[in-house]
Parts: sequence; structure tokens; C-alpha cells
Amino acid sequence: MKKNSGIIDRLLFFTLVPSFFIALYLVFIWSPVEKFMGAPQKIFYFHVGCAWVAFMAFVIVGYYSVRTLINPNMDHHIKAGISAEIGVIFTTITLVTGMIWGKSSWNTWWTWEPRLATTLILWFIYVAYLFVRKMDGSWEKIAKLSAVFGIIGVINVPIVFMAIRWWNTKLHPVVFGDGKNQQGGGIEPDMLVALLFSIFTITVLYAFLMRKGVEIEKMRHIVKKAKTKAMEKLAG
Amino acid sequence: MNSIFKDAWTIASKDLSNEFKTKQTIGMMLIFSSLVILIFSFAFDPTNNMVKAVIPGLVWLITVFSGILGLNRSFLSEHENDALTGLRSAPIDPSSIYLGKVLANFLLVTSVQIISIPVLFILFDYRFIGKIGWFILVVLIGTLGFIIVGTFLAALAANAKNSEMLLPVLLLPLLSPLMIAAVQATRIILENGTITNAVSWLRLMSAYDLLFLAACFFLFEFIMEGS
Repeated sequence: MKKNSGIIDRLLFFTLVPSFFIALYLVFIWSPVEKFMGAPQKIFYFHVGCAWVAFMAFVIVGYYSVRTLINPNMDHHIKAGISAEIGVIFTTITLVTGMIWGKSSWNTWWTWEPRLATTLILWFIYVAYLFVRKMDGSWEKIAKLSAVFGIIGVINVPIVFMAIRWWNTKLHPVVFGDGKNQQGGGIEPDMLVALLFSIFTITVLYAFLMRKGVEIEKMRHIVKKAKTKAMEKLAG
Repeated sequence: MNSIFKDAWTIASKDLSNEFKTKQTIGMMLIFSSLVILIFSFAFDPTNNMVKAVIPGLVWLITVFSGILGLNRSFLSEHENDALTGLRSAPIDPSSIYLGKVLANFLLVTSVQIISIPVLFILFDYRFIGKIGWFILVVLIGTLGFIIVGTFLAALAANAKNSEMLLPVLLLPLLSPLMIAAVQATRIILENGTITNAVSWLRLMSAYDLLFLAACFFLFEFIMEGS
């Protein structure tokens, strides 16, 4: 088992590093420069990849939360937590790159467009979830409470998206087309290749970070157990 | 099923009679919502046209801010003398505890609203021209959704040491769709707009209420099991 997981880690690492360089090449040199937006459009490839991973990470939090409730298990609990932590990072990257993109192409840092607002609220729910996990108490209790909150949070996301879409289409005209892809009419095939490849790369990065994070968290628990054992031995 | 409602009513009436004797939480909530109105009257000059734009938002701000105070108390007060253990070991369904608390909190917050919303209208010198029946309906449905999610998260947060701080952090992001719908519906009604627009928001709010009532009703057991 242990040897097997080492092979998977190495495999992920050795696909991750070259594909990152290939992705950088594809994005910055190979793919054509966008006619209207110019070089800032390059941020789009990483922005979409990070957004995709952020949403996927949240779905994975929900999945492991349900599994934790059905069968309280340290492994599921840790996986949900690590996925949330990585999700926060990628949501932050998505928000920041999105703001830079927005400033260069829409000339505003922020607009209350459904996708943006949903991502922001998603970020807040993630952070709240991490706060629940930082509560003190036995891990079984925290596992249950955080799993419950994770499920409630996942239920909330589609409602948020719908509410914000209604809110904006009712009061303001839709200024920026339906989505980023449709802007300027479709996407070049070369750009699509670069986009898909960078999404793939960032997903591999997520898988790699997830495995490493789970490993570190498990080590932390082992150390904690050993520590209490040693303390008991010294005291008794 | 019938016994769940009976037990829920017992718990709600216990909370309410307790509150009726001390009147501490409700008094605090009233004073706090008046203070929020006062602070906002400094922030937005009540004499100009700004009032019309901010009133629908203010109705919900004072509800949520004062409601959070009450929600915090509703489970923390059970920690005194370890009453929570008593509730947990009582031969009742855990869901009836949840329903009872929802009922008690709902009545508490609506009774605060009965005073605080007219106070808001008077202090901002707002002339009410909308349909009062629809306005009350929107306020009730919105408050119910707020209490459904709020009571659940208050029970969750009560496990932490810093529960007063934790509750708003957990609650506000989850409330965001409800608040968008509630503020929009209130605005449409207060500006005497077409009711059909408000109805679609009302539908969203009712769907939110029902969905979260079902989810919280079933998940509440897990919160009570812990610790």
C-alpha cells in the first residue's frame, strides 16, 4: 500500500512538472494573441483552470462530507479538509486573476456579475468551513459538525448562483455577453488547445497537492498521538 | 410525527415563557436594532432622496443584526447547568428540539420586527404606499428562512468557545441568496411595482425556506449527537 502510493505520487509529480512547462509554452508562445484584448488575455487560461479546480474542490468537499456522515472515518474527514484548503487557495487565485482580467478588458476591478459574486460567496463559505474545522474538541465531533456545514454549503451554491443571476438580469442590462468564452465570437482552436491543456495541468496540480496535503495531515495526527503517549508516560 | 410537533411546542413554550419572565434578550434586540437605525441615519442622510433606496435593505439589516443576537442566546443559554445534556437525553426526537427552537426564535424575531420596522419608517420619515399585506408576507417568509438557517448554525456554533464570533461568519454567506431575494421583493412592494415581479422572488424565498428546512431537519441529529 505504502509503496503503491509512492509510485502514484511520483507519477503525478513527473507528469506535473513537464506539463507545466508545456502549458506555459502553449499559453505564452504558441497560442495567438487576442485581437482586441492583447496580451492580458493570456491570464484567461490560468483563470479558467483555477476556477474549474476551485469548483471541483468544493464538490469534493461535499462528497467527502456526505461520506463522513454516513461512515465517520478519519480518512474522509482529512480529505474533505484538505480539499477545502486547496479550494480556498484556488478560489483566491481565481478572484485575483479575474480582477486583473476585468480591469484590462472591462475597465473595472469588480462588477456584480453572477459568476464573480458566486465565486466570492463560495470563498466565504469555504473560509467559514475552515473555521468550523478549527474548533476545539474531539475529531469525531468536529468531523460531524464540519461535514454538516459542508453539505449545507454545497446546497447553497446553486441557489446563490440563481439568485444573483435573477437579481442582475432584472435590474441591470447584461453588459458583458453571456460568458467569457463567447466574447468576440467563439474561441480559436489554438486557444482551445492551450486552454484545455492548462486546465489539465492545474487539475493534476490539484491532485498532487491533495495527496501531499492528506499525507502531511496524517503525519500530524501520528505525531500528536505519539506526543500524548509520551506525555502520559512521563506523567504516569 | 404528531409527537414531534407536541414536543417542539413544549420546548418553544419553555423558551418563550423563560424569555417572557426576564425580557432580557428581546429588550437587547430592540435596543440594538434602534441603535443600528440611529447609526444608519448618520451614514445616509435621511432628509434627501437616499431614503427610498436604502429602506428595503435597512429592513433586512436590522432584522439580521438583531436576530443574530437572539440566535446566539438560544443555544448558549442551554449550556448553563448543562441543560443541553438534559435535552439530548430526553426521550424525544432531536428534530423536535430544532423545530421548537425555530418556533421560539421566529416568534422572538417577529415580535422585535413588529416594533423595529415601524420605528425605522418613522425615524426615516418614510411614507408607506405599498400593499401592506404583501409586505408582511415578504417579511414573514424572509424571516422564517433566516431563522431556519440561523437556528441550525447557532446549534452548530454553540459547540465552539467563540460561538458569538463564529455564528455571523457561518451564517451571512449562507443567507446571501435569501437576502438578495428578500431585499428585491421588499423594494418592488415598497415602490408599488408590479406584484408578478415580487412573486418570482417570493417563490425563490419559499424554495430556499423549504429546502433548508428539510436539510436542517434531517442533519440536526448529527449536531446533537456530538460532543
